[in-house]
Amino acid sequence: MLSFLIRRLLQTVPTVLAVVLLVFVLFSVVPGSIVSSMSDDSDPQVELRMKKQLGLDEPLYVRFGAYIAKLATGDFGTSFRTREPVTTMIAKRAWPTLQLIFAAMAFAILIGVPLGFIAALRPGGIVDTIAMVVAVSGLSIAKFWLGLVLMHLFALKLGWLPSFGYGDGGLKYLLLPAVTLGVSPMALFARTTRAAVLEIMTADFVRTARSKGMSETRVVKWHVMRNALVIILTTIGLQFGGLMGQAVVVEKLFSWPGIGSLLVDSVLQRDIPAVQGSILVVVLAFLAINLLVDVLYGVIDPRIRYA
Amino acid sequence: MTGTPLIEVRDLRIDLDDGSSRIAAAEGISFRIDRGETFGLVGESGCGKSITALALIGLLRPPLSIGGGVIRFEGREIQRLSAARQRELRGNRIAMIFQEPMTALNPVSPVGRQIAEMFVLHKGKSWRDANRLAVEALASVRVPAPERRVKDYPHQLSGGMRQRVMIAIALACGPDLLIADEPTTALDVTVQAEIIELMRNLCAERGTAILMISHDLGLVANVCRRVAVMYAGRIVEERGSADIFRAPSHPYTQGLVDSLPRLGSRAALGRARLKEIAGVVPAITSFPDGCRFNPRCAQATEICRTVVPKTDLLEGGGLVRCHHHA
Repeated sequence: MLSFLIRRLLQTVPTVLAVVLLVFVLFSVVPGSIVSSMSDDSDPQVELRMKKQLGLDEPLYVRFGAYIAKLATGDFGTSFRTREPVTTMIAKRAWPTLQLIFAAMAFAILIGVPLGFIAALRPGGIVDTIAMVVAVSGLSIAKFWLGLVLMHLFALKLGWLPSFGYGDGGLKYLLLPAVTLGVSPMALFARTTRAAVLEIMTADFVRTARSKGMSETRVVKWHVMRNALVIILTTIGLQFGGLMGQAVVVEKLFSWPGIGSLLVDSVLQRDIPAVQGSILVVVLAFLAINLLVDVLYGVIDPRIRYA
Repeated sequence: MTGTPLIEVRDLRIDLDDGSSRIAAAEGISFRIDRGETFGLVGESGCGKSITALALIGLLRPPLSIGGGVIRFEGREIQRLSAARQRELRGNRIAMIFQEPMTALNPVSPVGRQIAEMFVLHKGKSWRDANRLAVEALASVRVPAPERRVKDYPHQLSGGMRQRVMIAIALACGPDLLIADEPTTALDVTVQAEIIELMRNLCAERGTAILMISHDLGLVANVCRRVAVMYAGRIVEERGSADIFRAPSHPYTQGLVDSLPRLGSRAALGRARLKEIAGVVPAITSFPDGCRFNPRCAQATEICRTVVPKTDLLEGGGLVRCHHHA
C-alpha cells in the first residue's frame, strides 16, 4: 500500500510539469500581455522597462526553467498585478472554493444516489419516471442560466437568500451557488446509480440472495448496495475534477471569492503567475482526489488490492 | 408412494411473455418428490428444467411467470401463500444451489457472512451467534481451517471451495428439499465427484430430499432414485434410475442413453463412434406441433406430427409420453 502511494505521488510530477509547460506556451502565443493590459499608452520605453521588471524579456525556456526551480521549493512566484506571493493569494481563495465544491458534492450525492436507488427498485414506476426527467433536465440545464433563475426566485422574488457574494461565509450565502453547481452531478449520480443498481439486480448473487428467502429491501441492503457503490464511486471521483472546472462559472456568477474567479480574473489580466498557480492547485486537487478514490476502491471492493 | 408428498407439481405451465404474446416455455409438468427422496430432472439446455426449478422456489422473474398448474409443498399450495410466508419457506425449507459458483456468491462480502445471513434470516440468531454457526457450517462441508476461511472473499476460494460454501449456505437451516441446478457443471471432473459425494452424504444424514437438475443423465442417475427426462418444455419420460438405463422407453431417452460413453464399451463394440442425437432442441418460439421430438425422431410417423402424445403409465412403473413407446 505504501509503495503504491509513493509510486502514485511520483507519477504526478510529469503531469504537473506538462501542465506548467502548457500554460507557459499558451500565454506566449495568445495576444496581449500584462504590460499592454496595464498601460493605455504604448510607449515602447515604458513597455520594455515593465517587461524587464517582470522578467518577461527572457526567452520562454529560461522563464520556464526558473519557474520550475522555484516551484520545487514550494514558491509559486509573485503576482504581476498585486505583487503578492501567489501562494498567499491562493490560500485566501482555497477555503471558499473547497466549501463550494464540497457543499455541491454533498447535495449531489445525498439527493442523486438515493434517487437513483429508489428509481431502480421500481423501474418504469412513477418515482423512476420523475427521477429520470429530473436527471435529464439537470444534465441539460446550463449552469449560468440555472444560477440566474435561482437568484431571481430565491433572492429577488422570495427574498429568502442573498443573491450573491460570500458575506460572512455563512450557510445562506453558500446555498444558492452550491445547488447551482450541484445539480448536474446530482443528475448524473441519479442516472449512474440507477443503471448500476439495475445491472446488479440481475446478477447471479442477487438470485442467490433471493433464494435465501430475503425480502427485496434486505437484498438491496445486504447485497446490492456495496456492489453499486464501487461503480458510483468512480463517477463521484470523476465529477470532483469536473466540478472544479465548472466552479469557475458559478463563482463568477455569484461573485464567490474562490480560486475559480481568481483564475478568470488572472487570465483576463494576463497575470501569468496567478493563472499558473491557480491551475496547478486545481490539477493537484484533481490528482489527490483520484488517488483517494483509488484507495477507497480497495476498501470497498476486496478484489482490488494494491501492492 | 403414500401420504402427502413433500412437494407435488401438477400440470405446471411456465409462460414467457415476449411483450405481445405469451408462449409456454414449459407445460404439463407433473411430478412428486417424497421426504428424503432423490429426484432428477434431465435434459439438454433450453428444455425448461432450470425454470421449473426456479418456479418451485418462487424465483421466476419477468418475462417468465407461472401460467398455470399447482405446486404443493407439504400439501399447501405455494402460490396461494403470502409473499412473506413464501420467503419463510425459501432458504429455510426449500434451498437451492446454482450452477455458477463464481458468480452466485456476492464478490464483496466475506463467505462467512453470506452463510451467517441464513441463521439471522430464518433462525432469529444474533450476528454474533450466526457467525459462530457459520464456522460450524463451513466445517460440515469439509472446508479446512473454517475459522479462518469465513473471513475470505469468494475470489480467494477455488471453484470447488465456493461450491462447498454454496452447499453450506443451502443446508444451513436444514431444509427439507435441496434443489441443485447443475451443481458441478462448472467444476473439474475430479472436484465434481467430491462435491456430489458431499452433497449426497449431507442430505442423506439430514433426511433432505434432493431435486437434481443436470444435462448429464449418467450423473443424475447416479445420485437420484427416480429420473424425469425433459424435452422442449415437457417431461417425456419418468422412471426409476436403473430402469431408464436398462430399458429407456422414449426415443429421446434412448438417444441420451446411447450417447453416454461407457467404460469397456470399446472392447465390446470395437472402435465405434459415440452416438449422437441428430439436430438441435427447437427454440421456444418454434416448438413443432404434435410430439415436439418428432423432427429428430427416427420412429416418427404421421400421428407424431399432429397429435400431442398423452402420458402413459408403463407396466414396470414409470411414465412416458410417446405414441410408439416400447
